[in-house]
Amino acid sequence: MNLLMSVSRNPVALGLAVALALTGCASKNSLPNSPGELGLAANGAKPGSQQDLTLNVGDRIFFDTDSAAIRADSAATLTRQAQWLAKYSNENVTIDGHADERGTREYNLALGARRAAAARSFLISKGVAANRIKTISYGKERPVAVCDDISCWSQNRRAVTVVKGAGS
Amino acid sequence: MNLFKKTNAKPVTAGLHKIVLFWIVVMSGLSLAHNTAYAVVEIDITQGNVEPLPMAVTDFVSDDDIGTKISGVIAEDLRRSGLFAPINKAAFIQNISNPDVSPRFEDWRIINAQALVVGRVSRETDGRLRTEFRLWDTFAAEQLLGQQFFTRPENWRRVAHIIADAIYEKLTGEHGYFDTRVVFVSESGPRNDRKKQLAIMDQDGENLRFLTNGDDLVLTPRFSPSRQEVTYMSFAQGQPRVYLLQLETGQREIVGNFPGMTFSPRFSPDGQKVIMSLEQDGNANIYTMDLRSRKTTRLSNTSAIDTSPSYSPDSNQIVFESDRGGRQQLYVMNADGSDQKRISFGDGSYSTPVWSPRGDLIAFTKQSGGKFSIGVMRPDGSGERILTTGFHNEGPTWSPNGRVIMFFRQPAGASGPQLYSIDLTGYNEQRVDTPNFGSDPAWSPLLK
Repeated sequence: MNLLMSVSRNPVALGLAVALALTGCASKNSLPNSPGELGLAANGAKPGSQQDLTLNVGDRIFFDTDSAAIRADSAATLTRQAQWLAKYSNENVTIDGHADERGTREYNLALGARRAAAARSFLISKGVAANRIKTISYGKERPVAVCDDISCWSQNRRAVTVVKGAGS
Repeated sequence: MNLFKKTNAKPVTAGLHKIVLFWIVVMSGLSLAHNTAYAVVEIDITQGNVEPLPMAVTDFVSDDDIGTKISGVIAEDLRRSGLFAPINKAAFIQNISNPDVSPRFEDWRIINAQALVVGRVSRETDGRLRTEFRLWDTFAAEQLLGQQFFTRPENWRRVAHIIADAIYEKLTGEHGYFDTRVVFVSESGPRNDRKKQLAIMDQDGENLRFLTNGDDLVLTPRFSPSRQEVTYMSFAQGQPRVYLLQLETGQREIVGNFPGMTFSPRFSPDGQKVIMSLEQDGNANIYTMDLRSRKTTRLSNTSAIDTSPSYSPDSNQIVFESDRGGRQQLYVMNADGSDQKRISFGDGSYSTPVWSPRGDLIAFTKQSGGKFSIGVMRPDGSGERILTTGFHNEGPTWSPNGRVIMFFRQPAGASGPQLYSIDLTGYNEQRVDTPNFGSDPAWSPLLK
């Protein structure tokens, strides 16, 4: 899971890596089944899984400093998430809200909660049942990118949709 | 819990009229004068750099090294306060072999030791440690204090802190803060996967003990003013909630039964309530819970983030932060939630306010121009002063006498936060050593 979290900041790269690994594996062992026959998407993610959401839909959205407003690029991601959730109607999710490290602890806990709540409201507005979406805030306690400039802070101001049971 | 039996030792000299150190700091420094009226020692703590008082703390006489260890802790407490400058023992002329006889004052005056501490540590037949000390005014040639303490040997550091507090109080006129502890969050591991544990230690960093094992994320511990109890926030069972932890039994419980995340807890001055934030649907409002009746009361009702509440020491008011005006600012309200008004108006945003135990100041974190500062202002918002500024300073807590502020500092780069203390004047910044990284310090009241 840690590997996934650290690499999944770049979904394209991870998708390629998984695809290459699968191709290599298949040819070396002369496995008869294609990924499609195994019920896998082209990049190897099991449909309806966290990996599927992460690679093929986008599991996270990003925010401006001190803001919980849903940006246009985030709205597109959340809309795809809502469609995905409509397709996999047995899956429930938790939205993890996060803040960057350039704020005080208590405020960031609340800000992460506000971001998760904003993402949840958006999904509900797109038809996802409210009781399928929980939220939790980690404030600034769980940065994925660790450096001391905006390139990292902008990645940490995020709301991540986690398929229930997948862990965060 | 009566660990210490204290008795006053008979003064060696008697019958002298009252001559005391009269200590006024006027911007630039210290003036010493004899005053025959009353024992008045004053420090103006609001401005200027205090010139530390030169003094001598001699090795306490004992059969083993315990005497030297106790006097060493006393000297180090006094030195770290920034108000006293213990003189290097190599400069001492007189060797104190019997602390019951008057010292040769001229030997101490000549090295400019304006106060002298002597003592003895011995063992009673029942195994208890007996610690005696005397504090002398070397220029007045008069004993200012003479006390003895009996305790179990393992409490030797506490005896030293209690003596340091007595000396501090006698020479400054303020209560000391050395016989206190600090609860904080000990951090280890990489920055993107930090393990956080509650830890408690003496104010000088000794006797560290972990209170949680690091399995759960824990934040913002705060001491009870009246019991051996801490309130803090934990993510145990994936539910971020405010907890109470009994320090003596290790027993813990969730505070209240709230429908969302509870965070940013703090005790009321009488220890009977916990005040905290409750988050619901992205809004955070301030609540109290009475620990006896379990009754909860809502104090704020906005669609903003209201958090970091802290009572005034008289319990009549509460300072907190809110972004209801667009960004984080400090607000004061009455204890029932009425009359909420903003008090911070400077450039930048203000957060984590903490009311001084003296009642006269509020300490805060300020973000401005990409820097994080620790500062203080009066409860009406006037008189703002910044004590320290840098990449990231956060989370002030007051010593119980309202004289020293501890906070944590996160340097830029891959390392982690450390604890620091700073005098209210903005001088005497000191690192507080911890074995791992440290954050979220909270100072205890004076131990009982």
